[in-house]
Amino acid sequence: MASTTQQIQTPPGRRFRPRSTGRAGDRIFLGLSRGSGILLLVIMASIAVFLSYRAAIAISKDEGNFLTTFDWNPAGDPPVFGIAVLLFGTVVSSVIAMVIAVPVAVGIALFISHYAPRKLAGAIAYVIDLLAAVPSIVYGIWGALVLVPYLEGLNLWLDQFFGWTYVFEKTEIGVARSLFTVGILLAVMILPIVTSVSREVFLQVPRMNEEAALALGATRWEVIRLSVLPFGRSGVISASMLGLGRALGETMAVATVLSPNFLISLHVLNPGGGTFAQNIAAKFGEADAFGRDALIASGLVLFVLTLLVNGAARLIIARRKEYSGANA
Amino acid sequence: MSHATTVRDIPTPAPAAPKPGLSSRSLPRLAPLGFAVAAIVLGVGLGLAAGWQSRVQWGLISALFFLVISYVTTSVVENRRQARDRLATSLVWVCFLLAVVPLASLLWTTVSRGSERLDGYFLTHSMAGVLGPEASGGVYHALIGTLEQVGIATLISAPLGLLTAVYLVEYGKGALARAVTFFVDVMTGIPSIVAGLFILSIMLIAGLEPSGLMGALALSILMIPVVVRSTEEMLKLVPNELREASLALGIPKWRTILKVVLPTAIGGIATGVMLAVARIAGETAPIILLVFGSQLINTNPFEGAQSSLPFYIYEQYKIGEAASYDRAWAAALVLIAFVMILNLVARGIARWKAPKAGR
Repeated sequence: MASTTQQIQTPPGRRFRPRSTGRAGDRIFLGLSRGSGILLLVIMASIAVFLSYRAAIAISKDEGNFLTTFDWNPAGDPPVFGIAVLLFGTVVSSVIAMVIAVPVAVGIALFISHYAPRKLAGAIAYVIDLLAAVPSIVYGIWGALVLVPYLEGLNLWLDQFFGWTYVFEKTEIGVARSLFTVGILLAVMILPIVTSVSREVFLQVPRMNEEAALALGATRWEVIRLSVLPFGRSGVISASMLGLGRALGETMAVATVLSPNFLISLHVLNPGGGTFAQNIAAKFGEADAFGRDALIASGLVLFVLTLLVNGAARLIIARRKEYSGANA
Repeated sequence: MSHATTVRDIPTPAPAAPKPGLSSRSLPRLAPLGFAVAAIVLGVGLGLAAGWQSRVQWGLISALFFLVISYVTTSVVENRRQARDRLATSLVWVCFLLAVVPLASLLWTTVSRGSERLDGYFLTHSMAGVLGPEASGGVYHALIGTLEQVGIATLISAPLGLLTAVYLVEYGKGALARAVTFFVDVMTGIPSIVAGLFILSIMLIAGLEPSGLMGALALSILMIPVVVRSTEEMLKLVPNELREASLALGIPKWRTILKVVLPTAIGGIATGVMLAVARIAGETAPIILLVFGSQLINTNPFEGAQSSLPFYIYEQYKIGEAASYDRAWAAALVLIAFVMILNLVARGIARWKAPKAGR
């Protein structure tokens, strides 16, 4: 649109300039819409600036090492707090969620795009989208009151048969309010987004590639392995990273399910650990003004973490878009 | 299945008796159903025999049996390639069922536990003077809080998001538009708690008190990118011919956008806004930080603590009594019903008012 008007204006000396009464209106409207675009950028920038400012106040008074301290006691004298446990818990629970959710989500996406009958596929895609609409606090109380008791047996079983792997060794007695349970719950929560992005990509696979494979006598699985998965690989990677971004920042589901402590343990079945968001939600009520700044400092780390993950995911998608046009 | 055989059949020259290795047998169509039944029987049997408490394990074991049975049977009766194909199909089905189980369980629990406590009294009374263990009180104050906070957030984000989307689609060019597009995408991924902390840091600097408005500001940070994204998609669907026809009549661009482009896409835009509302209505974290929660009815979103539905659920869950769990489930049912109705209506509008793209 903009190009047409500009093209008319470019040749100098020609009086093709449309002199409509709407010039003022045009300028105002453009100003408004560009202004709100700029406002979005300002909001993003000020999130970074404000969080950094308050975080700097907190970190400058921290007597422990902000990165390596295994404690969160900003109200103490001297104030000591660090994000080591939170970073560990956040990464571990999100990785567990990814390991469970990504293969399942790719499976469902393939089911919708290549296996299910056309009519059923639409309904299933709809149901998966509904999963995304369920508020996280509802996932939270479902996880705490239904999933945790259910997983007790599975935990014992994993400990019994896979205890030798160290990771699945349960050394502490207690209910399943562990990073592992949190990971499973997060997996359920990020499933919809990973599924819907992967599904979009799988549906874009050029028909020609699939039909060529079929014509060579390939089975359905071979078609998927030879043409669908290679085409969709970058899409699946970025979908997983979007899911990872969600899992990293999830608050309520973790806050209700986890019974937190400030220890780092690779025994993921043991209750304990913590994540950034969970720690903020749990410690906020009792925090004084300085304690809030300390929580903001940990929030800044979470912000940067999700920014990196989401930014990378978006860049991968954008790159893909550029060369996928040639395949159409 | 049959193409493999026909291709191999061609080189056999003489119409002699068919060699046994060349014609492949195939399983009947309903074989996977049989495998599934066998696997479930085996899984349940094993679970009962070993005395495992968790039904989750029974399901997982059955799923595993299903995969093994279908692979082995197919590779014996048909061939390795068909077996691998069958394995992939089975895996995909198992994935699908795995995802359905938690959703079904979640919806079933919420509806069955929530309906125990949900009645007219629950919807019309607040928690004023109700102690945690008492089976009384209601959700009225939280409902008001949610409606007001979400309403304010929508009033802020809908125009902003709409204008930004108009800029990106109708005017956007060059570095600024690219930056806005990228950061809108990134903004979609901001955790709700970080949005809450951002407003909190402003509150700390400016010395503001917690109120519904602060929560609404944080919610609109979460809502704007969703509105921008969906509106952008809808505006892109508006056929260019409509714009060109309007411009060719000498109508200025801003009127073209207001009178032609936006009305054409209005159904989709409304859907996008409603889906965004549904998304932020369930956000808890910013409310914890910025609105503080209250047991009393506070109809003024600009002053004093308020409650909200998701916050109420969290609060009741943390009390940890049987009666408060009942209240939490009932409120969860109200919240899910609210979100689902918004979703259904939004999708209904989308179907009813779908822009006739390309026609």
